[in-house]
Amino acid sequence: MEPEQPSPDTEHESLPEETHLPSPTLYPIGFAIGIVVLLVGLIINPLLISSIGAAIAIVFAILWAREATAELRGEPVVVEPERRESRATAADPHGVTLEEVPDNAVTRSVFLEGATLGLGAAIGGLITLPVAGFAVLPGFLGQTQHKVDLGPIEKFPLGKWFISTFIVDPAEGEVSRRTVFLRNNGNVADPETKQQVPSFTIISNRCVHLGCPVQANGPIGQKYTGTASFKEHTLNGPVEFQSVIPAGYGCPCHGGQYDPEGNRIAGPPVRALDRYDFEINHGRLVLLSTYSVSKVVGTGGQAQIYKYKDVGPGEHVDGPEQFFYPINPPHH
Amino acid sequence: MATTYRRKPTKAEIRRQKMEELVMFPIDWLEERSGLIGGLKYFLFRNVPSDINWMQTLGSAALTAFLVQAITGVILAMYYVPSADINPRTGKPIAWESIVNITDHLTLGWLVRGMHRWGASVFIILMFLHMGRVFLFGAYKYPRELNWIIGVLILVNGMMEGFTGYLLPWDQTAYWATVVGINLNGTAPFLGPWLAQFLRGGQEISGETLTRFYSLHMLLIPGLIIGLITLHLYLVVRLGVTSPPWSKEAAGGEPEEEDGARLRPGLTRPVPRPSGASAMQAEPGGQE
Repeated sequence: MEPEQPSPDTEHESLPEETHLPSPTLYPIGFAIGIVVLLVGLIINPLLISSIGAAIAIVFAILWAREATAELRGEPVVVEPERRESRATAADPHGVTLEEVPDNAVTRSVFLEGATLGLGAAIGGLITLPVAGFAVLPGFLGQTQHKVDLGPIEKFPLGKWFISTFIVDPAEGEVSRRTVFLRNNGNVADPETKQQVPSFTIISNRCVHLGCPVQANGPIGQKYTGTASFKEHTLNGPVEFQSVIPAGYGCPCHGGQYDPEGNRIAGPPVRALDRYDFEINHGRLVLLSTYSVSKVVGTGGQAQIYKYKDVGPGEHVDGPEQFFYPINPPHH
Repeated sequence: MATTYRRKPTKAEIRRQKMEELVMFPIDWLEERSGLIGGLKYFLFRNVPSDINWMQTLGSAALTAFLVQAITGVILAMYYVPSADINPRTGKPIAWESIVNITDHLTLGWLVRGMHRWGASVFIILMFLHMGRVFLFGAYKYPRELNWIIGVLILVNGMMEGFTGYLLPWDQTAYWATVVGINLNGTAPFLGPWLAQFLRGGQEISGETLTRFYSLHMLLIPGLIIGLITLHLYLVVRLGVTSPPWSKEAAGGEPEEEDGARLRPGLTRPVPRPSGASAMQAEPGGQE
C-alpha cells in the first residue's frame, strides 16, 4: 500500500490520543457530597447543616464549571496520557501472533457471528409472533353470536311488514344497532317434519352491494298503512316496530333496488338481501345469525330459499364468481 | 475563526472575534464528536443542476405538507378520544363529542383541526403533482427506478392515512364511508374477505374498529411513511437531482473538484495537525 495523502479522517484519528481523554476530575464528587449534605441537613438541621451542604455544592460547582470551560477560556488543559501495556516484541512488532487456520474451520468469529444472528432471530421471533398474532387473531377468533329477543310472536299481525331496530349486543351499545324488515307468515308446514311451525320473513337492511342501509320504499306508520306501530321491552332493551308497506327496498348510496322479498331488481348488488335465522323460544321471536341468499323463489311462507353461509356484501354466493371467494373467514 | 489582521485589532473587532468563537464552540464540539454538522451541510449545500426549476420543489412541498400533518396530528391527539361509547350525560358518542369540543370550544382548535383536515388533501394532491413532475421529466429512469417505487409506497401509505383518518370523527359520513370502504376491500378476490375482517377487527364495525383505525392512523402508518421518506431522501441525495428534459447540460457530468486544502465538511476551523502525524502516515500499511 502506498503512503497516501493523509485524508481528513485519518488525520483526525492520528491526533495524539490524550486530546480526546477527559481529564479526571474530583469536582463532581465534591458537588455530589455537597448535595447529599444539603439533603441530609433538610432532615437534621435545615438551617446549619443544609447551609454547609449548599456552600460545599456551590464551591465545587464553580470549580467544576471553571475546569469544564478551561478550553473555551483558552487556558491550557492538563491531561494525562493513556497508558497501556505493550505486548509487542522484536519478532512480532504488532503484539499479535498469527496462526494458520484451515479454510473450513469454524473460527471464534464465525461462531459468534452465527450465534448473534441466530439468537437475534430467535428473540425477534419470540417477540414478533405473539404481537402479530394479537394484532390479527382477535378479529377472527371468538366471534360470538348474539341472540336478539324481539318479544312475543302474537304481537305481529299476520302478513304485515314492520321495520324493526334493535341493539344486537347491549354491552357494545349503540354501535351494534341493526335494522330488519320483518313479516309474520303464519304457520307453515315444515318440509321435513310436516309439522305446522311459525314462519317469519326477516330481511337484513344491509345492502349486499357495499353494506349501506337500504330503506323500505313505501308508506310508513299507522296513518298510511292502517297497522299500528308498537314498542316492545325485551332482554335486548327497547325494540321499535314501525308498520310499513314496502313496494321494495332501495339503497341510498349507489341506487341498488330490491323487491319486497329481497331479490335484486336493479343496480349494483350481486345477490338478494341477507336474512336472519330465528327461533321461537317460549312463544317469543328470537333472532339468530344471518345467512346469505342468492335468489328467493315465491313469497312469504311458500318462498323457496337456498341458505348460503353468511358472506360479506359484494360477494357472489353462486355462479362462476363464487370461486373468487373460496375460503371465507370464520363466522359465528 | 482565526482572522489575520495587518494592524492591531480594535476592541470591537476583538469582541466580535470572541463572540464568534463563543458561537462556534458548541457547533465545533458537536461536529468533532458526531459529524452531524458536516452531514447537514452536505445535505443542504450539495450541487444540483443549474437549470432546475420550480417544478422540482413539489417534493419538498409534499414533505412540508406531511410535516404539517404530523405536527397538527400530534396536537390533535392530545384532545381527541377514540371511543365509540355513548356519553351517558349527553347521549352522544364520546369520539364525536371530542371532535366537536376541539372544533367549537378549545382555543384555536378549529384552526389546528382545519389544518389537519385540509392539509390531508393538500398532502395527497402535492404527492400526485410531484409524481406527475417525475413522470413528465423522466426522472424515474435508471438509476432512479427504486426511488419511484418507494414514492409509490409513500403514496399508498398516504392514502391509507386518508382512509383511516376519515373514520375518526365518528359521524354518519365517517361511519358509512368506512363501511363502504371496508366492504370494497372485502370484494377483492381470494383475500378480500380476510382483509375486510382484519380492518374491522371483527365481523362488524364496532368500537374496536375505531381504536384500531386510530392506532393505524397515528402510529403505524406515519412510522412507515417517515421510514420511507428517509429512504426516499437518501436516494435523492445519493443519486442527485435530474435536469429538466430540455436541459442542454450533458448528463452525468461532475463538476471539477477544486484542488487545495480539503477541510472536513462542516469543520469551521482546521483541525490542528500534530507534528508526529506525518511520520505515522508514511508508514506503509500502518493506518489503512
